[in-house]
Amino acid sequence: MIKRIFAIPLVAVLAATGIVAGMGSLQSNAETSDGGALKSVSDFEAIADTSARSKAIFEEASRVMTHPRCINCHPATRSPTQGEDMHPHVPLMNASESSLGPAGLVCSTCHGAENRPVVGSRMKSIPGNSHWSLAPASMAWQGLTVGEICRQVKDTSRNGNRSLADLIRHMGEDHLVGWAWHPGEGRSAPPGSQETFAALIDAWVSTGAECPD
Amino acid sequence: MTYDLLVNGKKYVVDVDGDIPLLWVLRDTIGLTGTKFGCGIAMCGACTVQVDGVPVRSCVVPVAEAAAKPITTIEAIGETAEGARVQKAWLDIDVVQCGYCQSGQIMSATAFLAANPSPTDEDIDAVMAGNICRCGTYPRIRAAIKLAAAGR
Repeated sequence: MIKRIFAIPLVAVLAATGIVAGMGSLQSNAETSDGGALKSVSDFEAIADTSARSKAIFEEASRVMTHPRCINCHPATRSPTQGEDMHPHVPLMNASESSLGPAGLVCSTCHGAENRPVVGSRMKSIPGNSHWSLAPASMAWQGLTVGEICRQVKDTSRNGNRSLADLIRHMGEDHLVGWAWHPGEGRSAPPGSQETFAALIDAWVSTGAECPD
Repeated sequence: MTYDLLVNGKKYVVDVDGDIPLLWVLRDTIGLTGTKFGCGIAMCGACTVQVDGVPVRSCVVPVAEAAAKPITTIEAIGETAEGARVQKAWLDIDVVQCGYCQSGQIMSATAFLAANPSPTDEDIDAVMAGNICRCGTYPRIRAAIKLAAAGR
């Protein structure tokens, strides 16, 4: 009887160990770290040429857009990447038509409305936001140059029909965009803050929304 | 704090911390042990239950988020049409090897079939990729899902 009592949890532990061991591609994440500063709009005042200033401002803003917290869900394919090294999402996720994953394995199967802490794992938390989803295919950024991202961002046929004013609002107020600076333990944040990022987008628009080459 | 849970059509009042994962309330407080602990980080799918018909990883869902929503576990999934077909197909094909992951597999497969009654192999792989089986029963899982779909 005593042997049997010990055997049951042992089987469970072995099974759980086997499952975890099977997840070979699970990779550890860096500790949460501050992304450093983002240049402010005033840092670009020395550039006299308006077009050149606009391009330089977008280049700075693109440091946020190409950060893993943002670009992991703007993949080149319809499957997200994850982590600081932008490895393929585990489990392999397919956006499906909804961009929310196929029925039976939707984003919300694992991702909640807020970051969820996990205990005793290399992965410190599971990121979450109520709008958690993959960006539409037209908004794929991975593999693009900064100039290509810029032209995509302001192309209404590819940006969700957003005007330049809509873009400023989206970058500055959308709480999924804002999540990037509050990514949960175990993840780095992009540089600056949502406020400084939105100010850069605003300045980019007001200088003609010029795109780097 | 007390939470009202509706599990398998039955109401439970549980006095637990709001951030305790639903899995442990189901297993330790209510005593429904069919749902398994696997990885504890929503990566393996062994702990899958359905909340409002949507499969979720109960090892990471705080109980407070699941309160007042209908929760279905492996113990009652056979009472749904899709669940009954899936369980029968699982038995007909003899899918299970060690069995540890299978309650999660069935919970995912049932939600999947309810939304996609005629899945292709590609559809099945895309969804069931979220449930890991250390015994490698994937070919039989895929066959059983197709059998359950054909049994409509």
